[in-house]
Amino acid sequence: MAQSSGEAAASDVVTDLVTDWAAEKEVFKVHWGKAMMWIFLLSDTFIFTSFLTGYMKVRISSTMPWPNSSEIFALSFGGEPIPLILIAIMTFILITSSGTMALAVNYGYRKERGKTAVLLFITAAFGLTFVGMQAFEWTKLIVDEGVRPWSNPFGAPQFGACFFMITGFHGGHVSGGVIYLTYVAIGVLNGRYEKKGYDIVEICGLYWHFVDLVWVFIFAFFYLW
Amino acid sequence: MAAEGQQHPLSIYIWIWILLFILSTFSYLVDYFQLQGYLRWNLILIFMMLKAGFIVAIFMHMAWERLALITAILVPPVALLVLIGLMSIEGDYTYIARAKFFGVEEAPVVEHGHATAKEH
Repeated sequence: MAQSSGEAAASDVVTDLVTDWAAEKEVFKVHWGKAMMWIFLLSDTFIFTSFLTGYMKVRISSTMPWPNSSEIFALSFGGEPIPLILIAIMTFILITSSGTMALAVNYGYRKERGKTAVLLFITAAFGLTFVGMQAFEWTKLIVDEGVRPWSNPFGAPQFGACFFMITGFHGGHVSGGVIYLTYVAIGVLNGRYEKKGYDIVEICGLYWHFVDLVWVFIFAFFYLW
Repeated sequence: MAAEGQQHPLSIYIWIWILLFILSTFSYLVDYFQLQGYLRWNLILIFMMLKAGFIVAIFMHMAWERLALITAILVPPVALLVLIGLMSIEGDYTYIARAKFFGVEEAPVVEHGHATAKEH
C-alpha cells in the first residue's frame, strides 16, 4: 500500500500541513497586526539581549579597566561637569514621548482624530530630539575624544564597539519609529483609519514603548553599571 | 474588551508617567551620588525592573491581555537567561586566562582631565 500510494500519502501530508495552519483557529484574540507586532518585538528582544549579553561578556573578560561612563558622558554648563547629565536628559525625553504616545493611543480609540494626530506628532518630535542628542553624543565621542570601535583613550578598547553597536542599533530603532509615527499621524489626520479602526495607533504605540523599554535596559547596563 | 481595543481611564497613564519620571530620577541619583558596590547594582536593577514592568504592563497593555498572548511573549525570553548565565561563566574564564597569561593592564591616563583612569 505504501508503495502504490506513496504519492498520494505525500500530498496528504502537505494538505494536512496547509489545513493545520489555514484552519480558522484563532489563538490571539486581538487585532492581527497587534499580534504580529508583539511577535516582531519578541524577536527584537532577542536581538537587543544578544547585544547586551555580548557587551557583558566582553566587559567581564577585559583585563583593562572599563571606561567610566559617568565621566565620559558628563557635560558642563559653564561650571563643574555634571556626571551623565546628557544621558539623563535623553532618558527623560524618551519617557516623556512614551507618555504622549500612551495618550495618543487612548484618544485614538475615542476617535478624537485631532488630538491623536497632535500627540503622535509631539511623540515623533521628542523622538527626533532624542536622535539629535545621540548624534551630538556620537560626534563628541568620535571627533573630540577619539573613540573608535577598536580603541579609545579611556580604557578597555572594547568599549567603542559595544557603545556604537548598542546605541547605534537603538538609535536606528528610534529613527525608524519617528518615520512610522509620522506616517500614522498623517493617516489619522486624513481619516485613513476611520473604517479600519484605530488599532494602528496602538500597534505603533507598542513599537514606540518597546524602544523606550530597550533604553531602560541600555541606561541601566551600559551607562549606570 | 479586546475587540473594542484597549480603553482605560487617562488617569492611570498619567500616574504611570509620573512614576516613570520618579524612578528615572532615582536611577540617575544612584550615579550622581556615586553609590558603589552591591548597593549600586541592586538599586540599578530594582529601578530598571520596576520601570520595565510598568511600561510593559500599563503602557503596552500587557496587564489586560489574555494569558495566551502574555505567555507567548513573556515566556520565550526566559531562554535568554541561559545565554546570560553561560556568557558570564565564559567571561570569567576568559578573564582568568588573560590575567594569567598576559597580566592585568592599566588604563591609559588621559591628559585633558575629566577622563583620568580609575581603579575599579
